[in-house]
Amino acid sequence: MRRFRIQYNKESPLQYIGNLDLHKVWERYLRRAHIPVAYSQGFHPQPKIQQAAPLPLGFLSQNDLIDVWVEPDTWTENVFLTHLQATQQPGIQILSVSSVPLNSPSLPTLIQSSLYRVILLDPVNLSELNHRLSLLVARDSIIRSRRNKTYDLRPLIEKIELIPLQEDCVAFEMQLSAREGATGRPEEIISEMGIDPYAARYIRTGFIMRE
Amino acid sequence: MERNTLLERLERILPTVEKPGRYVGGELNQIYKEWNSVKTHVALAFPDIYDIGVPNLGLTILYHILNERPDVLAERVYLPWVDMEAAMRREGLPLYALESKTPVKQFDILGITLPYETLYTNVLNLLDLAGIPLRSSERTINDPLVIAGGHAVFNPEPIAPFFDAIVIGEGEEIILEIINAYQEWKTASSPRVNLLAELAKIEGIYIPSFYEPEYHEDGTIRSIHSLHPNASLQIKKRLVAQLPKPPTRFIVPSIGVVHNRVSVEIMRGCTRGCRFCHAGMVTRPVRERSVDEIVSAVREALDATGFEEVALLSLSSSDYTHILDLVSRVADETSEHYLTISLPSLRIESFSVKLMEKLRGSRQGGFTLAPEAATERMRNIINKPISTRQLLDTAREIYSRGWTNIKLYFMIGHPSETIADVQAIADLCKDVLAEGRKVIGKRATLHAGVSTFVPKPHTPFQWVACDTLDQIEAKQSLLKRELRGPGLKLTWNNPHETLMEAWLSRGDRRLANVIETAWRLGAKFDAWQDQFNFEIWQKAFSIHRLDPSFYTHRQRAEDEIFPWDHIFTGVRKAYLLSEYRASLLEKTQNDCRQGCFACGILPKYADLRRNHPGNHWKCPEVPRRPVKVPMEQIA
Repeated sequence: MRRFRIQYNKESPLQYIGNLDLHKVWERYLRRAHIPVAYSQGFHPQPKIQQAAPLPLGFLSQNDLIDVWVEPDTWTENVFLTHLQATQQPGIQILSVSSVPLNSPSLPTLIQSSLYRVILLDPVNLSELNHRLSLLVARDSIIRSRRNKTYDLRPLIEKIELIPLQEDCVAFEMQLSAREGATGRPEEIISEMGIDPYAARYIRTGFIMRE
Repeated sequence: MERNTLLERLERILPTVEKPGRYVGGELNQIYKEWNSVKTHVALAFPDIYDIGVPNLGLTILYHILNERPDVLAERVYLPWVDMEAAMRREGLPLYALESKTPVKQFDILGITLPYETLYTNVLNLLDLAGIPLRSSERTINDPLVIAGGHAVFNPEPIAPFFDAIVIGEGEEIILEIINAYQEWKTASSPRVNLLAELAKIEGIYIPSFYEPEYHEDGTIRSIHSLHPNASLQIKKRLVAQLPKPPTRFIVPSIGVVHNRVSVEIMRGCTRGCRFCHAGMVTRPVRERSVDEIVSAVREALDATGFEEVALLSLSSSDYTHILDLVSRVADETSEHYLTISLPSLRIESFSVKLMEKLRGSRQGGFTLAPEAATERMRNIINKPISTRQLLDTAREIYSRGWTNIKLYFMIGHPSETIADVQAIADLCKDVLAEGRKVIGKRATLHAGVSTFVPKPHTPFQWVACDTLDQIEAKQSLLKRELRGPGLKLTWNNPHETLMEAWLSRGDRRLANVIETAWRLGAKFDAWQDQFNFEIWQKAFSIHRLDPSFYTHRQRAEDEIFPWDHIFTGVRKAYLLSEYRASLLEKTQNDCRQGCFACGILPKYADLRRNHPGNHWKCPEVPRRPVKVPMEQIA
C-alpha cells in the first residue's frame, strides 16, 4: 500500500457543496480515474481517503490537501498524477501529487492555521474599514456565540490585513487558528466588523502546517 | 434580467439557502452549448426539486437526444425549494435553466415531465416563477411552447388548459419531430395557433385547446368534440419499436440526490397484466434490450460517472428473457469496486434469491418482494397469482442466505377487499417473520410497506371506486394494531394524499380550475408530506362547486365515457372491461408472453412491428387471423 497527498484547488461551482459531498466527489473522481484506492476492512468497506480540514459551505479553496491510499506498492507519484489528469472533475484543479510515508501523522492533525482571503462584494469606504479593523485587533477578547456556545474569537485571529484591490473593492487576508477545538471562522470576523457576512466571497488560500 | 445581474444576485442568495448546490449546475457531464450557436433552445423541466429531478431517466434520455442535434440545445430546470423560492421572489429572480442560467421564458420550448399526478400544482408554480402565463390561451408568440409528457398525461384532462401540446407515449422519436415542426413554424413566423395545428398532425401529440368536452347533467362526459380539422378524435400513443441505445453519460450531481446511480432500462413494458398497474398497461408492448447492449452501457456509464450503484430498471426484472446471464455479466463487470447493483421487481420464487446472490456486495440492503395482497382471492382479483406457500418458501430462502430484513409491499383498498383480507396481510407478515425466526432467530426483521390502492385510468380497475377515508382509516388502524412488536415495521400512506392522487388521476377538464385555485391558495409540493395541505384542496373544490367524491368514490358504469377515452394507449377499452369482469369472477389471466389475449397492441402497431423485425419485441406470434373470443366467454 502507498499513501499520496494531492494538492488541489476547489473552484466554482464546487463552493456550494459541503464536506460529505466533496468526499463523494473525490471517491467518484478516483474511481473514474481507475486509481486502485485501498478500502477499509469490515462489513462496509470504505475507500481510504482523508481530507485536510472541513471547508464551510460557500467557500472556495486553494492549495487544499487530501490523502489517498492506493493498494499497489508499485504506484508512483507520476502514475498517480497521470491518472488524475487524464480524467476531468469540474471544480477540481490538481496542482501536485506527493508521496507520504504510511506512518506519518494524519493530515488533519498537521494543520495549525488556515489562510483566508475574503473579498467584499459591496463598495466600501477604505479608511472607515481600516478604522474598524484597528479597533477589532486592539481588543483583548471578542466574545461571540455560535450554535448556542460562546467563545473568544480574538485568540483565533493570528494575522489580519486589509488589502485594497481596485477602487472601492477590498479584501481581507487572514491567518486563523485551525487546531482541533480552536478553529477561527472568517465570516465571524466579517460579521464582528459590522459587515453582512453574505456580501463576501470566501477563499481559503492555504494552510500553515506543523513541522 | 441580464445574466450577469442574475449571477451577482445568486452569489448573495445561495449562501443563505439550504443545499445551494441544487441551483448552480456545472456538474460532471452537463452539456453546455453557446446560446447563439444553435437554432432551437429547449428547457427540460422536472416540476420538483433538483434532488428528485436529476435522477429521472425520462428527462435524461431526452436531454441526450436533443443535445446530440447540432442545431438544438437542451438545458435542465428544476423547482427551487421553498426557501430558495422565497429568496427568488423577493429578489425578483426568474426561474432559470442550470446550464447557462438563462431565464426559462427565453427558451423556445419548455418540456415538463409528469411521471405522477401530485406534481400538478408544481407545474403552475414553475410557470409562474418563469413568468409564463399559466394557460395556453393566454400565451403569446413571446412565450415558449409549453409541452408535457410522462405517465401521468395518459389522462391529460385535469391539466389540459395549462399546456400547448401534450405528448402521449414515448418521447424518443417524437421529440425530434416536434423540433422540426417548431423550426419550420419559426421560419415562417406565423401565428401561434399554426404551430399547434402543425403539431396536431404528428401522431401522439394532443393539442388540448383543439378539443372540448361536453358533460351530462350528472357530470359525466357526454362526448368530446374536436374543434379543429387537424385534431383527430383518437390520439394514439407513440412508441418506439426497438429501444434506442441507452444514455450513459449521466449527470453526476455534486450533492446527494434521491438516487445516485447509473440507471439502465433493460426492458420496457410488462406482460404480467396485474389489473391495478397503470405502468403495466400503458407501456405495452414488452421490448427488451440485448444483454450485450446493457453490459456495455453499464461499463460505459460507470467509466463516465464513477457512480457506486447500478440500477437495472424494468417493471418486472424476472421476466427479462436472459436475466441470469445479464446479472452474472453485470456482476463481473462491477465486482472490483464494491459497487451495488439494484434489481427491482423480482418475482416471488427461489430463483430470485439466486439472482440476488449473484450480485455480490449488494447485500447490505434488505430484500424486497411485492405480493400486493395477502389472500389468494385478492391475488386472483388483481391478477397477481402467487401462492402463500411460495411466498413463505421464498422468504425462508432469503433469510437463510444471509439477508436479515425482508420488505413486503402490499396495497389495501383493492376492489371488493374486506377487513378479513386486511387482517390476512398482518397474519402473512407475521408468518413470514416466523420463517425468519426459525432460520436466524431474533435477527430476522420484516418491513411491511402498505400503500393504498388508487384506481388509475387505462387499467381494468378504471371503473372502480377508491376506498373512502373511513374505510382506509379502519384498515390502517387494524394494521397498526397488529403489526407492532420486535422485528416488525409498518409504513403506510397518508389517506388524504391517497384521495388527492385519486381525484387527480381520474379527473376531467373541470379539475383544472380546482388545481389552479388550490395553487393560488398556496398548494405546492403536494407530494411532500410536510407541504401537502388537504384543507386547501377541499376549499378549492367547494369554490368551484365540485365534489371530490365524484372523482374518487364513484363506481363508474360499464358504458361511461371517460374523460381520457380519446387517448389511446393501444390497449382497447373492451379488453380492459373484459379484464375487469374477469376480476369480478376472481379469474386470473396468464402472462401474455405465452399467448396473446388481444389487448389491442399488436393490430394497432402491426406496421411498426413489421418495419422493425427482430426478437426484441416480445409479443408472441399470433395466428394470421386472431381468434376472437366473445367477451362473455372470457368473463
